[in-house]
Amino acid sequence: MDATRPTVVAEGLCKRYGGKEALAGLDLTVPAGAVCAVLGPNGAGKTTAVRILATLLRPDGGRAEVAGFDVVRQGPEVRARIGLVGQQAAVDEILSGRQNLELFGRLSHLGARAAAHRADELLARFGLADTGAKAVKGYSGGMRRRLDLAAGLILAPVVLFLDEPTTGLDPRGRNEVWASIRELVGSGTTVVLTTQYLEEADRLADTICVIDAGRAIARGTPDELKNAIGGDRIAIVVREAADVAGAARVIERIASGPVEVDPDRRRLGAPVADRMAALTETVRALAEAGIETEDIALRRPTLDEVFFSLTANDGSKLWTPARPDREEAA
Amino acid sequence: MTTSTPTPTPTHATGAPVASVAPTGALAAGAPGGLHWAIPDAWTMTRRNLAHWVRQPAQVLIGLLFPVMTVLLFGYLFGGGMTLPGGGDYRAFLVPGMFAMAMLFGLETTFAAVSTDAARGVTDRFRSLPMAPSAVVTGRAVADMLYAAAGLAVMVGAGLAIGWRWEQGIGRALAAFGLLLLLRFALLWVGIFLALVVESPEMLVAIQILVWPLGFLSNAFAAPATMPGWLGTVAAWNPLSSTVAAGRALFGNPDGGGESWIAQHAVPMAVVWPLLIVAVFFPLSVRRYRRLGR
Ligand SMILES: Nc1ncnc2c1ncn2[C@@H]1O[C@H](COP(=O)(O)OP(=O)(O)OP(=O)(O)O)[C@@H](O)[C@H]1O
Ligand SMILES: [Mg+2]
Repeated sequence: MDATRPTVVAEGLCKRYGGKEALAGLDLTVPAGAVCAVLGPNGAGKTTAVRILATLLRPDGGRAEVAGFDVVRQGPEVRARIGLVGQQAAVDEILSGRQNLELFGRLSHLGARAAAHRADELLARFGLADTGAKAVKGYSGGMRRRLDLAAGLILAPVVLFLDEPTTGLDPRGRNEVWASIRELVGSGTTVVLTTQYLEEADRLADTICVIDAGRAIARGTPDELKNAIGGDRIAIVVREAADVAGAARVIERIASGPVEVDPDRRRLGAPVADRMAALTETVRALAEAGIETEDIALRRPTLDEVFFSLTANDGSKLWTPARPDREEAA
Repeated sequence: MTTSTPTPTPTHATGAPVASVAPTGALAAGAPGGLHWAIPDAWTMTRRNLAHWVRQPAQVLIGLLFPVMTVLLFGYLFGGGMTLPGGGDYRAFLVPGMFAMAMLFGLETTFAAVSTDAARGVTDRFRSLPMAPSAVVTGRAVADMLYAAAGLAVMVGAGLAIGWRWEQGIGRALAAFGLLLLLRFALLWVGIFLALVVESPEMLVAIQILVWPLGFLSNAFAAPATMPGWLGTVAAWNPLSSTVAAGRALFGNPDGGGESWIAQHAVPMAVVWPLLIVAVFFPLSVRRYRRLGR
């Protein structure tokens, strides 16, 4: 096995349902040990892509390889190396959490003792040790989600697929899931996760693949994507309204593009080429001109802005990015 | 590069709980999904289904006692007013019919279990594991057959309690029980197929509505000879009727007098009908299961 070979490779994946194209030639490459976030609005084809990569669905066209094995021709080999956490918690409601994990462990051919040991370990890891003996029926949504995640980790997989892993979790649950994912990545697992939370992609992913209508419309690191729609901007609030015009003249010399001025709120903003040089130069020049500032900051475009500019340029595709319920606790 | 080299093994930090099982755990155990796993995996799946009963004793009890209730209901409430063509005790006539009805109700058990797994994504979870794919279905089949046998045992107890007897020796009685379980086995595939088609446990009510006329339009409760012409023919040719009639013949119970060809060939037809059902619904179920991936 070539060590430099990407762990997940998809080329031109196509899938249609009736007349509808769920995937229309999706390409995806994830290097070993990386976290790739597949970002897209509802119906973009995220779940379809994950199901094909996890051998649950046959593609109509294209090919895909996971951990060096073809997902269509070498399904069993692929299945021995992946973990899957689907969009919907796929656990047995009647059995207890522990029974679920033991069952999946035995079906992953761990052997009775190892499966039991592994179940205990994962229950403890996901804060389910106390409720492990209770029927899943009585679990909260978040507990179910954590159990589902634990089930995906039974084998400490080479590749872990997570389809919207934190949907429906409270901020604390989300942080726990994020921490587990980071820990896994630290141990060498490659992760493909789909999400609608831009923040999640920003925090976890090494690379992001934005998909819409079944194909990739942008890819890169979070930074690359942010740069793609424009670099850094400097933003200033001056203390005295009378200084706005003077400040605009100062910034004009430093900026790499037109200066936007909002006189009522005494704000100025402009794109800059070299962030640190621009910041020090602005501070120095404003002080020299005797202009006092209330606030001065460098700002990067958020992934939300990137996402909107990528998917909403066509007026018909209006999408409100799903936001984590309240705000993050970390 | 060789093709079967174990692929990138994440180097897990020792002591980190998430990582304490290396992925080679699954690989060392032989070809994943290989044929030699079919039986151990099927047994694991069977035990999972048995564990459901342990966790739901009330449901199991209701499932086992419901057919007993029908026996009592029909035997004592309506039984008094029934006179059989050809003579004989109505309750002795009814009990083999109720055995077959219990097998028919089993279809609902199978349907509920398979459709719940499909709808909840549990079937997909199994399909993503390196287990033998056949075990999902064989585990179901073994568990359901065990449940059917338990249900039959309860019914036999109830039958004996209300005065039903097998009159022609244990050998022929066992043959009759075998035919009943054969019917259950055939209906298993009908249940699996229907569950994979609709994938929605809410449809159980619809299945129950379908199952009842199937049960009543048979010789289980009344002799087809007493029904209006065409209805009698439909009832006589109902696959359930052949099993019931074969049971009555083998137990030596009153049969309500049937002169039709189908009634005269009850025992062979009690083998042919289930085999026919299996021949149709087994491949359909397998095809449907494979199509989950389409
Ligand atoms: N089994 C199916 N039958 C018919 N159409 C389907 C099926 N599964 C998916 N689709 C369609 O394919 C498209 C892609 O669906 P998919 O579930 O992959 O989207 P998604 O990106 O996961 O969306 P979401 O964010 O809502 O989970 C959608 O338009 C969907 O309606
Ligand atoms: Mg989805």
